[in-house]
Amino acid sequence: MSENTSPTANRLKANRDAGRGSLVGYFPAGYPTIQGAIDAAVTMCENGVDVLEVGVPYSDPVMDGPVIQEATQTALEAGFRLKDVFTTVREITKVVDTPVLVMTYWNPVLQYGVERFAADLAAAGGAGLITPDLIPDEAKEWLEASEKYNLDRVFLATPTSSDERLKRASELSRGFVYSVSTMGITGAREEVDKLARGVVAGVRRVAPEQNTCVGIGISTADQVDEVNDYSDGAIVGSAFVKAFQHGGLEELKAKVQELSAKINHS
Amino acid sequence: MSEQELRSHVGPYFGEFGGRFVPESLIAALDQLEATYNFAKTDPEFALQLAELHRTYTGRPSIITEVPKFASHAGDVRIFLKREDLNHTGSHKINNVIGQALLTKRMGKTRVIAETGAGQHGVATATAAALFGLECVVYMGKVDTERQALNVARMRLLGAEVIPVTTGTATLKDAINEALRDWVANVDDTHYLLGTVAGPHPFPTMVRDFHSVIGNEARQQMLDEFGFLPDVVAACIGGGSNAIGIFHAFLDDPSVRLLGFEAAGDGIDTPRHAATLSLGRPGVLHGARSYMLQDEDGQTQDSHSISAGLDYPGVGPEHSWLKDLGRAEYRGISDDEAMQALRLLSRTEGIIPAIETAHALAGALKLGKELPAGSSILINLSGRGDKDMETAARYFDLLDAKG
Repeated sequence: MSENTSPTANRLKANRDAGRGSLVGYFPAGYPTIQGAIDAAVTMCENGVDVLEVGVPYSDPVMDGPVIQEATQTALEAGFRLKDVFTTVREITKVVDTPVLVMTYWNPVLQYGVERFAADLAAAGGAGLITPDLIPDEAKEWLEASEKYNLDRVFLATPTSSDERLKRASELSRGFVYSVSTMGITGAREEVDKLARGVVAGVRRVAPEQNTCVGIGISTADQVDEVNDYSDGAIVGSAFVKAFQHGGLEELKAKVQELSAKINHS
Repeated sequence: MSEQELRSHVGPYFGEFGGRFVPESLIAALDQLEATYNFAKTDPEFALQLAELHRTYTGRPSIITEVPKFASHAGDVRIFLKREDLNHTGSHKINNVIGQALLTKRMGKTRVIAETGAGQHGVATATAAALFGLECVVYMGKVDTERQALNVARMRLLGAEVIPVTTGTATLKDAINEALRDWVANVDDTHYLLGTVAGPHPFPTMVRDFHSVIGNEARQQMLDEFGFLPDVVAACIGGGSNAIGIFHAFLDDPSVRLLGFEAAGDGIDTPRHAATLSLGRPGVLHGARSYMLQDEDGQTQDSHSISAGLDYPGVGPEHSWLKDLGRAEYRGISDDEAMQALRLLSRTEGIIPAIETAHALAGALKLGKELPAGSSILINLSGRGDKDMETAARYFDLLDAKG
């Protein structure tokens, strides 16, 4: 199985085998500056994040809530360029061995050239891509490029996906499948939707060997712990960006430690 | 390919354009919409309901008016207007809205959301929501709520909630982003009543079909009333719904040239424009692959136009396909050219067009001088200008100074 060669899948599996859960943490590239985002990401990896997601700032982020929108817009206004994402990934992977996935809307990749993007991401030490607005049906070019460069590809599974679509997303994903916990966009919510259990159960049913992590709406240590009871990891974004906005690296570090505390000691 | 193939073409793809570049969360809703629409298309009951609403509510068929005094400024040509401005709510937008509102009922959904630029689609949606008893939320860029304040009042009077969008550039593209975010979160009970032929499949095909009544009527009216087909069919184009609506019936008439006039803002050679097909390149925006205005990194660029309805950096995928096939031509018209044409039609014919529509009128004035004597141009007069009086008053200094 190709998953065996995915550092992301290996990391999730190693944690599971050790009786621990996993925390997948998001931070946008270029926010508040190129170097500032690198420092933030390294801090996250050194304090409890098992898999890192580096977000590509984009002008029309339809899956993002206000916290991440504001951060990525700030990055764009500060002059973020697409090529900076490779610098960001390279600098992070120089310092830590955490698998680094890039989360990007599709048009920037398309304009850069899908194969060229894959080549440059692999060269920078990146593990693969999470593609929120690219469904497997439209992903032919990316499937080919990711095979060629041995990159992870993370597709989404949602509460409204049919079994047939869950199966396709699960079979074509590499690293893990991104189970969307609630119908909505990114941003912290009081209660992670019970729909998440259903999505994960669906993925397990159609693809028992595949990993799946749950994202959207997760912001507390209890939620991270709960989600890890039935999935392979919890994905957190807005809560980290918010902590950084509020108190810089110190508060970000504290938030990562707080959210990973329960799964590290279970 | 045989000529017949152009008219019969349906999505998801128009050549290399179209598709469904949206989050997985929306796929089930798009599948449901497509299935409901495909069934409705073959259901005589649906056709009857739609036709009856158009006859008794929209005010169809809309008439054709020949405008000889206006045409005398365009060389030696005859100009005919397809009067979509006379529809209920004042523009072509109602054609699509009535169709999608019927589908919303069929899907058992109780809430509709819409984006709007000039406010015409928002008003049409709010109108249909009132008629069909649906909850209605309209997203509108804050910039547009200011330049189209009257339409905001109309929507609220009709019972809709209007939400000004302040993210991004605070115009139509950002209103679409907000509507998509709402849809992702509320897809169970909500239909996104998209107002143009852009977006993910099935919207480009379905919205086109609902507007194809414009061209179907106009083609027959030209034959019945004048005995010939026009040499040119012209329309303004932002997302492209009124243009595809009138083009579609003529796609397989090789003698008929199709011209779309985009907003060139300050001018086609300036950075401030919305001339997506003239100056953009293919990319993915709002769920479909099509021409769009973007920078080297694929970030969407700001568009600029005096007309809120054309101020959009994307365009429907079928137009991109028609452009690359060479079947339709697309040209830019500046703000000033459009405003001069708006005034000219008002003074010569007593018809005040929307600023959007004025781009097609200005295009015809220029084109007429290139055409052989005696040529005929059919223009889709897609909307009336009532909503634009504040802009026009300022532009032409029409109001008395407050004393």
